[in-house]
Formats: sequence, C-alpha cells, structure tokens
Amino acid sequence: MARDTGIIGKIVRVSGPLVVASGMSGARMFDVVRVGEKRVIGEIIELRGDTASIQVYEETSGIGPGEPVVSTGVPLSVELGPGLISSIFDGIQRPLNVIQSIAGDYVTRGIDVPGLDRERKWHFVPAVKPGDAVASGDVLGTVQETPLVVHKIMVPPGIENAKVAEIKEGDFTVEEIVAVLDAGGQKKPLAMMQKWPVRVPRPVREKLPPEEQLVTGQRVIDTFFPIAKGGTACVPGPFGSGKTVIQHQLAKWSDAQIIVFVGCGERGNEMTDVLMEFPELTDPRSGRPLMERTVLVANTSNMPVAAREASIYTGITLAEYFRDMGYSVALMADSTSRWAEALREISGRLEEMPGEEGYPAYLGSRLAEFYERAGRVVALGSDRREGALSVIGAVSPPGGDLSEPVTQATLRIVKVFWGLDDRLAARKHFPAINWLTSYSLYTDRLDSYFRKALGDDFPEMRDEAIAILQQEEELQEIVRLVGVDALGGRDRMILETAKSLREDFLYQSAFHEVDTYCSQRKMYGMLEVILMRHHKAMEAIEAGADLDLILEDPMKEKIARARVTPEEEWPKLHDEIVAAIRQGFSARTRAVS
Amino acid sequence: MPLEYTTISQISGPLIMVEQVREVHFDELVEVETQTGEIRRGRVLEAQEGRALVQLFEGTAGLDVSKSKVRFLGRVLEIPVSRDMLGRIFDGAGRPIDGGPRIVPEKRLDINGNPINPYARAYPSEFIQTGISAIDCMNPLVRGQKLPIFSGAGLPHAAMAAQIARQATVLGSQEPFAVVFGAMGITFEEADYFISDFRRTGALERAVLFVNLANDPVIERIATPRMALTVAEYLAFDLGMHVLVILTDMTNYAEALREVSAARKEVPGRRGYPGYMYTDLATMYERAGRIKGKKGSITQIPILTMPEDDKTHPIPDLTGYITEGQIILSRDLHKKGIYPPVNVSISLSRLKDKGIGKGKTREDHADVLNQLSDAYDRGKEARELAVVLGEAALTPTDRLFLKFADEFERRFIKQGPNENRPIERTLDIGWELMAMLPRSELKRLSDRNIEKYMPKRQAAADD
Repeated sequence: MARDTGIIGKIVRVSGPLVVASGMSGARMFDVVRVGEKRVIGEIIELRGDTASIQVYEETSGIGPGEPVVSTGVPLSVELGPGLISSIFDGIQRPLNVIQSIAGDYVTRGIDVPGLDRERKWHFVPAVKPGDAVASGDVLGTVQETPLVVHKIMVPPGIENAKVAEIKEGDFTVEEIVAVLDAGGQKKPLAMMQKWPVRVPRPVREKLPPEEQLVTGQRVIDTFFPIAKGGTACVPGPFGSGKTVIQHQLAKWSDAQIIVFVGCGERGNEMTDVLMEFPELTDPRSGRPLMERTVLVANTSNMPVAAREASIYTGITLAEYFRDMGYSVALMADSTSRWAEALREISGRLEEMPGEEGYPAYLGSRLAEFYERAGRVVALGSDRREGALSVIGAVSPPGGDLSEPVTQATLRIVKVFWGLDDRLAARKHFPAINWLTSYSLYTDRLDSYFRKALGDDFPEMRDEAIAILQQEEELQEIVRLVGVDALGGRDRMILETAKSLREDFLYQSAFHEVDTYCSQRKMYGMLEVILMRHHKAMEAIEAGADLDLILEDPMKEKIARARVTPEEEWPKLHDEIVAAIRQGFSARTRAVS
Repeated sequence: MPLEYTTISQISGPLIMVEQVREVHFDELVEVETQTGEIRRGRVLEAQEGRALVQLFEGTAGLDVSKSKVRFLGRVLEIPVSRDMLGRIFDGAGRPIDGGPRIVPEKRLDINGNPINPYARAYPSEFIQTGISAIDCMNPLVRGQKLPIFSGAGLPHAAMAAQIARQATVLGSQEPFAVVFGAMGITFEEADYFISDFRRTGALERAVLFVNLANDPVIERIATPRMALTVAEYLAFDLGMHVLVILTDMTNYAEALREVSAARKEVPGRRGYPGYMYTDLATMYERAGRIKGKKGSITQIPILTMPEDDKTHPIPDLTGYITEGQIILSRDLHKKGIYPPVNVSISLSRLKDKGIGKGKTREDHADVLNQLSDAYDRGKEARELAVVLGEAALTPTDRLFLKFADEFERRFIKQGPNENRPIERTLDIGWELMAMLPRSELKRLSDRNIEKYMPKRQAAADD
C-alpha cells in the first residue's frame, strides 16, 4: 500500500519507540514511513532540517543506525467502507483476527495488512441514477452491512458540482468501482472504500448544539448526570472503582446506533471479555446482537506505546465516518490517561521541555482537539442529514488524585463529570459515581426534553432527590458526633429516604440480568414512588405519627424489589406501591395504635 | 567473532557510553570484558550513529574506561529454555546456581516476548483452589489471571505465596502444573525460605526458580522477571502446562527501573519513577493469560511491598491499574495474630464472576461471598461506632454484627499456614458464621440456598 516517494533517509538514532533519521528532506509532518530493514510502521512527528523524528508503532529492538527509512508520502490514514462493523482493530487499524491468521497468537512485527477485507463482496444498491447532480457527502448508494447497520456510501469530501455518469447495482469488493462521477468534464471513478487521515477531523456542513439525551439505561447517569447526544463526558476514578464496567455498560446499553470502543492501553482480557460478551448480548431496542453495531479498537497496555497514541484518533475517525452517514455514534475511550502517558513518553524521548508531572505542555490542547471532534452536526450532502458523535473518556488518575494534569485538562473541556469514588466502591455501591461531586452541564439544556419525554415534573423530582442526598451528607456529620437518636423525626426520615435513594435507586448491578438496564419509564416510576413515600411519611410525621412504625413499613421492601423487577412486571408493582402509599401512613399508623 | 571496542567514553551509574561503534542495534545484547577478564552483560538503551548507550546488568563497579572491551552480539537478550529446567534454580541472569548441569536448550527465546493478540486470548474462567478461604471464597483466583498481593514490610506475604504455590490446584483436574518463581532483590533468608519450603514439600520438582538476591546486581532485576515469564510461556504454551508465576518483590524491580531512568537523566513522573513505568509493568503483567486452542495457561501472583502501606504509591497504583484485582494485606489483622491477614473489604478479584458457581465451585458461592462481605463490613462499622460511643450504644442487631465480624476474622480468615481448606469447607464455615445473624438481615442469600445450606439447628431456633 505504500507508495514509494523516493525519499529514503538513514537512521541516526534509535531510542525505544523514537527513531531519528537524516536525509529526509521533502518528507512532510505526520507522513507515514517504513523504518529499517524490517519495514516497521512509523509516523514523522518532528522535522528539523533534513532530520526527522519518527514515532514507531511497533517494537524497535534490533533496529540500528544506518538502516533505511522510506517515506510513503501519505499521512496516517484509516480505510473507510463496508466491513468496519463487528471488527476488532489494533491502534493503526490492522484487523487483529487477520494478524492472528498470519502471525499466530502473538502480535509480531512488520505485519502489513489492510484495514478492510479486500476479498469480501458487498451488495451495493444505488441511491442515485446517472445524470443526478451530486457533491461531497451525498449518498451514492447503500450496503446492508449488518442487520442493524445500513452502510451509506458517500461522495468523499472535496468533490463539488459533479454529475453521476455511471452507477450500478451488484456485488462488489471495497476496491471495485461502483460509480463514475463527471466533475467538470473530469471522470472520477469511485469505489466503496475511501481513506481519511486520522489526525484531521472529517468536515461537516454545520455544528449544532446538543438537545437530545443519550439514554444509557444507567439510573444515576440518566437521572442526575445525563449526557446529550453529541456531548462529551469523562469518568475518572482510581483502580477498582469500576471505570471499565461503566464504559462497558454504556457501550452495551446506550441508545446510540453505532458504538466505537477504544481499548487504549488497558487489559487484554477486557477486550476478550467484550469480544465474548457482545455477540451474546442483545440490544434492548432491536433485539439483535450488540456486536452488529460495534467497532472495537484494541491497543492493550503491552502493545507498542506509539500505536496507543494513534489508537484514539483511529477510533474517532471511524466514529466520524458513521456520524457522517447520519447516525448517532458513541465513542468510548478507555483510558485517555494511557493515551496521555504515551504522549508523555514520546515527548520525553524528543527531549521537549516538560510541563506538569512530565506531561508535554500541549497535553491540554491535544485533549481539547480530541474532545472537540464530538458534537451534533449537519453532515455534508444535500439532504442535510443530522448525525451525532458522543465521546466518553475514562481517566485513570494516579492514586485517585483528581488534581493531576490529565484529569484537570479533561475537566476543562468535557461537559459531564462522573466522578468515581473509592469509598463507594469499597462499600460495594455500584456504579460508584459520587452523587455529590459529579455534574452534568447538559441538565438545563435537556430539561425541556425531559419534561416532554418523561414527565412534566421530572426536573423538579431530580432536584429534590439531589437535595435529599445533600441533606443526608450534612446530617451524617451530626450522627457521627452524637448518634442518630439526637435527630428529630423529619431528619430521620430524610436519612431513611436518602438510604432508599442510594440502595434502591442509585445502586445498579451491572451483573444482574434485569438490573443491568433500566428503561426511562421504569426509572421515572422508581424515583416517583420513593419521593411519594417520602412526602407521605413527612405528612404523617407532621401529624404526629410514630416514626418507628413508618420505618417498618412493608412498602419499603416492595420499593427495594423494583430494581430487579423485569420491565414487563414493573407497571403492576408500581401501581401496587402507589396504591399502598396513597392509603397513607397516618391512616394505618393510627389503626395500629 | 564480533568486533571489540575499547572506546568507552563515559561510565555513569549502571550506564556506559561506547564511541565509534558501527552496526549497533537498539536493545541488542552487549558483553563487556573487564581488565580482569570478567564478562558482564548489558543491553543497548540507545543506538546512535557512531555511539551506543549501554545498560549493564551487573553494574559498572570496577569497570575501567580504557581497558574494558565491549562486544555487540547482534541479538537481543535470550534465554535457553527446556523441559529440564523444572526442578532447577538459576540466578537473576539465568545461570544455574544449584550445582546442577548446564541446560541443553530446546529453544532460545527473546526474554521480552511478544504481546498476546487480544483476539487470540481465551477468557480466564477456571477456578483455582488455593486452600486459603480469604482468597478462594472472597477473592477467587482463576487460571490465566494476574492477581497481585499488596503487602507491607514485615507482613507474611512470603508465607502466603509459598502456601499458594504448594496448595494451588484446579478442582477435579490432573493436568500438568508448574510453578515459576522470580525473586528480585529479596534477602537470602527469604529466598532460602522459599527454596527449602519447595524442597520440603516436593514442590521443587515442578518449579523453576530465578533468584536475584538483595546483594546481587541491581540492574539484573530488570531482566529477572522477564526470564521467569519467558520460561513460563514456554512451559504453558509450548508444553501445555498450567503455570503459576510468583514474582517477588516488584517494588525492588521498580526501584531498579528508577535507577536506570535517573542515570539517563530522564524527566521523572511521580515520585521519581519513570513516566513509562505503567507500560513497562504492563509488558510483564499482561503476559499472564490463556490462549484459544492452547492447553496451558499462565497465572501470575506478583508480590509487592507498599511503601508505608500506601496503596496510592506509584508501584501499587500502577500495578492495580493493570492487574485483575489485588489481595491487600492488613497490618491490623496481622497484629491481631490473624494469618493470612487479608483485608477482604478492599481486596478484589475482577474475574471472580466467571470462575465461581455451579459446576465450578458451588452454586451458593456468589451468595455467600456477597453476604459475608456485606455482614463483615457492617460488623466493622459497628466496631468503629463502638470505639467512639461504647458498645452499649449499639443496637442489639449491631452487636450481633460486631460479634460476627470478630468470629469471621477468627474462624474464616484465620487458618494455618499448612492448612489446605477445600472450597466446600470454606463455604460451610461461611454458613456457620451467617447462622449467627437474624434471617431478616441476610438479604443477599436466596431462599433456596438458605434451605439447602443453612445449618439446621439455627434455622430451627429462628422459627
């Protein structure tokens, strides 16, 4: 695939993943090069005179000064076309299953495989006919890539005022010509595959502010700290606090149409877990295996560090491509801290002046550039279709210390912060998202959406629930000092409701077959009954009812069962609880006494 | 015969700079012959045109700038491997130190290995019974997992590791099993403890030991765990054995890494450790696993001592981010005379869900695990409260939980260093303890399991 540009340099220095070569005049920044006699893949990241610094995506041991470096003249790019969905790629879009069939169980060096399968034929159905006027982004035709995904073949960016000269239906490989355009007398043959450099955002017609919620099926997120379609979020947390489980839960249950999951410098077994589990799990909306809407990019912690740096760009370019088709796409990057460490390692080898904790001074701007590729957009193309790309990045702060540079740089950019808390995890409260410190800047923007989609009173219910939890925190201080008996009835009821909110609502087991996903309706209903009980109990306390009797109320157990009650049985249980609460405490407590 | 250079220009810490070299490669193996004829080995850290930066494993003490001869061997550091390595003891650089014969290699392997393709991995799911209740029930280990022990100075991690090495078995399986032991910078006494323990119990026959002692060359420690893992990979994936790798002490390893980094004047990350330490540790820990279609497996138990018992120190912190859980030892339990002093509340096995339950351990395992852990946490809360307000201030239920927590530590966690408790026995003890608590408080147990496993006496008394 490498074109020979005639630029052949010579290695003068090898230091880990960094190679310096001289005689590279004519080479351009970010061009891909082949390094050494083993022809391993690298990318130019610095040019000084005719000397190029190259980050190498494969192990460099055994490579030495004097060996050749050949520039391919093209920047690091990904191949876009049918065959992406259900695939697992490494950080530079080499399919890992193909690598296995070539090299066996280990990833060895110098393996040159294309991102898309060249043999496989896809059935192409034209959407335009000869004579139609088309421009960049217009859909030429479609391929049913998986039962869930219609892959739209679009006119690549950069072609304007063209007419379709030829187009045909049939079975084609990604390289075969499916259409010929006539652009001002110039014939442009097009195949289904196009290429795009990963470090350049794909162009859009217009960016729009987000206005719809990305429903995740996770109560604490959907209620308290929602993310919008096209929004950005981060999940920082120390090890063992459940970052990866949350990322997996979002990849499984968010109502995005396409999921791109980037395993960036994390555990190999976690990717195996995804590969095993996703084909088995079904999408609650379509009933199809989740794998049919998922693309995986895996560059585990033991794979070369420079390819880790590239992996999130590879992932987001694939995601943008599907966004351009008009899909709602969600990208999960686990973990951006490992990406930042890769950046730091390369920067250190370049002997750049370090910023905080050795990270390069441009860490913040690189992170911002990455997250800014998220958004709700009007794609190129005359049909003005809308797509959205939501980005959720995990952050692994050393020692759980959120003041470290990667977390701080991330917080300056993203709109949603799901702060994972060690102490919650130790108390086995999952997801361990701290409800007091986390925030979402989308809540206000989404409130009108919530009122329409869930119920007119939802924002108020949410605010009340948060207020109760906040009060709990303050009351706990007092309890710690003087014991619970010192509190009055109202305060004890606040503690009781807060406990119910924590244990019956915010707690959600990712491993329970029912609890793992909670619909919007059920979520609303659960919050409704918990607050309803609270109000009724407060009324009863005002009227002088005995608190202990209220606390022993059997309704409590029913509410506790809601979590694990299947969606179809939930309305019945909900009505039962509501009826019982309506009856009121005061009536029954009086009856008892 | 490779070219010999006598052009060392600089010696600094464990590093030497060799000038006017030709044909040198990154990571290449280097031999340095001192003026006394002693051979030391090293590797190229940086290859430049005409010069090479070399890190010497055996250190630079006694090295002379003008008379030492340097040879570049044109290959990376390799280790000869063979089935005959079982039962043998090597130093940290892979030379036999047990007086036995030289190893006749069946293969020579690069000690750095290659990353396992995530697509080729099989998910670990077979339960390993260690005979230690705090692990088997509360933080179960599975084949192919990497589960470190976070210890502190003076805690009995060595006894625990030796006990695991002795007792580890997969239920109902007679498959070939081996232990590979990599020691970095531990004392002679500690190494001797392991070696004689292995000898005493006959475990030595199925073990390969690499021992770099506290007074052995520091930089050699960077190679030791990689040699151990390379042999483990050979035994597991070439010979189809199930291999348990014990690496101790990773803290010493990380310190050696820091020493090299400091000598290179690299920009340090946290607490002076190099910024690439995460990646470096990952290239070792990630060598644990199972591979689809291969019989063997590599399970890793790295041991590290947390400086000041602080788990946010970079060494345990980065380890925890890579490994699949951690067993954390507690000084408080140790002081109470409880062995093994595992703090089950903050220990974690990430792969537990896949390895337990019907057909693997017992159907009630998950229930017991959750309930014990809940009840113990509640008991510990009550204990804290009792310290502040006095035991009299506790509710009767809280007092029961407090008693439960004491009994749980005394009867469930505590056991003898030679006691091999089968998982059934462990679970039964769990049920006996839970019988102390009122039925209404046992929310994590299913009615079916209570019916089947709860000791009857108590169940009757409860009605």
